[in-house]
Amino acid sequence: MQTQTNALTITDLTVAYKDKPVLWDIDLEAPAGILMAIVGPNGAGKTTLIKAVLGLVKAAAGQVQIYGRAYHEQRKLVGYVPQRGSVDWDFPTDVQDVVMMGQYGQLGWLKRPGKAEKAMAQDALEKVGMAAFSQRQISQLSGGQQQRVFLARALAQNAQIYLMDEPFQGVDATTEKAIVALLQTLRAAGKTVIVVHHDLQTVPEYFDWVTLLNVRRIASGPVSEVFTEENLRLTYGGRVAFLATNGNV
Amino acid sequence: MRDRIMDYGLRFTVYGQQYIMDLATLLHDLLFDYTLRTVALGTAVIGIVSGALGTFAVLRKQSLLGDAISHAALPGVVIAFLLTRSRAPLGLLIGALIAGWLATIVILVIIRYSHLKEDTALGIALSVFFGVGIVLLTFTQRLADARQAGLDRFLFGQAAALLQSDVILMAVVGALALTTLGLFWKEFKLISFDPDYAASLGLPVRALEVALTTQLVIAVVIGLQAVGVILMSAMVVAPAAAARQWTNRLWVMALTAAFFGAISGVTGAIVSSTRPGLSTGPVIVLIISLIAFGSILFAPNRGLVWGWVRHQRNRRQLRADAVLHDLYVLGWQHGNPQHPHAVEVLRAMNANQGGVEHTLKVLARQGLTEYSGNGEWALTAVGVQTARLLAPEINDESRPTDNESALAVYGASNEPTSN
Repeated sequence: MQTQTNALTITDLTVAYKDKPVLWDIDLEAPAGILMAIVGPNGAGKTTLIKAVLGLVKAAAGQVQIYGRAYHEQRKLVGYVPQRGSVDWDFPTDVQDVVMMGQYGQLGWLKRPGKAEKAMAQDALEKVGMAAFSQRQISQLSGGQQQRVFLARALAQNAQIYLMDEPFQGVDATTEKAIVALLQTLRAAGKTVIVVHHDLQTVPEYFDWVTLLNVRRIASGPVSEVFTEENLRLTYGGRVAFLATNGNV
Repeated sequence: MRDRIMDYGLRFTVYGQQYIMDLATLLHDLLFDYTLRTVALGTAVIGIVSGALGTFAVLRKQSLLGDAISHAALPGVVIAFLLTRSRAPLGLLIGALIAGWLATIVILVIIRYSHLKEDTALGIALSVFFGVGIVLLTFTQRLADARQAGLDRFLFGQAAALLQSDVILMAVVGALALTTLGLFWKEFKLISFDPDYAASLGLPVRALEVALTTQLVIAVVIGLQAVGVILMSAMVVAPAAAARQWTNRLWVMALTAAFFGAISGVTGAIVSSTRPGLSTGPVIVLIISLIAFGSILFAPNRGLVWGWVRHQRNRRQLRADAVLHDLYVLGWQHGNPQHPHAVEVLRAMNANQGGVEHTLKVLARQGLTEYSGNGEWALTAVGVQTARLLAPEINDESRPTDNESALAVYGASNEPTSN
């Protein structure tokens, strides 16, 4: 584990919709170079946590720091992979165009993406195994391919920290393998990846850190230390009995 | 009798000639007649601007917003007249702009601070603003002020009343809106596709949305004089909806929509100039609606007719595959892949798909099946090879040894096998 500045530090983060708290007083630290899963039951605030870090959801209180400085100063270090169901895939554009969107932040106003951006997009597509699809209409992609296009778009940002919202949601086995391989490549390159995840069974296999969330932070740390039956019970209530019997926890 | 036929023929010729002459006159008028040229230019500008900007409205699922904005512009027009006591277009357009904008803000406020959904908010804003507009309009018409005459043309538009100065004003404002669209093209594209992601990149999404909505208001407002508040939203929605059918690229879609808008504008101006009493605005809307309707039906790939043809082709293919598969299963059960079987047996295996006999004949024409007499059909050698690919789960090892019925085997073969 690295002792230098954390890649992501969240302090006292509280988010409420109307009067109902969605996230309550969250503290979270993610050292650089880890793969962290965020798990918790439906409505636990997993997506909201990611959106609050990115400033897409207004926090009632709390701070978010990226490498020790406020998020809005460090925005370019953060790549985002939203849920693939959050957009209309019938939008008239192709794969390459979507991936190039990842560079709009760096590109700046009034500049059009050119050769360099196209090359970077192609490079990113190659990393997710979609190099042959760059001219494909996005409406013709399968769910797994859509997910990989979103990953490629985030890769094109060339960020240090990646926040991914359910990248494994409803994807085929090939895509799942491709994503896991990609996550490991990213970690090997010193990037930090934080993933909202649904499948408790695969947490120990895919990730080295885990945060258990249910409105409050139940536990956060290396998988071997905090991914315990007791913590899961605290997170999910009585609904994790099957895990204990499966012997995976 | 003979005279009458002569007469008829002459008249026909005369009609034909007149028709040709009419076209030439129209073309001449289009270029040199002040009124028609002004009207056609004006409606072309409207078509181009509303087509291009409507593209974004349609893609952002804000088609109805254009409708609300245009209806809401009416009170703005009347109030602007009451304040300035003049029908100068600039003043009225500014009034329409402000009212259109106000309606948009009202809609956003209703959505944010009430439990009402967007469609309800749109409906409320549209009817309240339009109602206020009509009340003001009827009130103004009672005023002993001759200058109010003609304000009601904003309801359905009166393209014939366009002046060259109006068209220049529309073109300048429209060009400004289109230039903005071009300058911030990639940002507008991104916030239309994935606003959350745009925000995560640090783009000022709210400001860009305001800019896009302002452009939509502008597109609507410059068309009010010619097309009117009631029909103007068609000029925003229809060209873009038609263009979406023909392309999968955003910039092509915007250009196509602008083209469709311009074509319908010019054609509408010409058509309505041929007959007195034909209102230009409604004619333009009819033409663009025809274009949209035709595109929805006949465009390649996305068109309904195309989809139906493809669906039929798939169904035919599936039916043929099913019959080949069945014949193969039957033959395999007999230990001879080319064993002939009666049509009735095949029909029983295809409970919900009629036309087995027809399918067999089609397959025979492709050389895959052949008639072996007595109402029985068999696979040809080529047919066996094709069918084998369709039934990979069936091989010599899995052949039943007892007297299982073909139907039972067929049913079992549909289930996932372990090998």
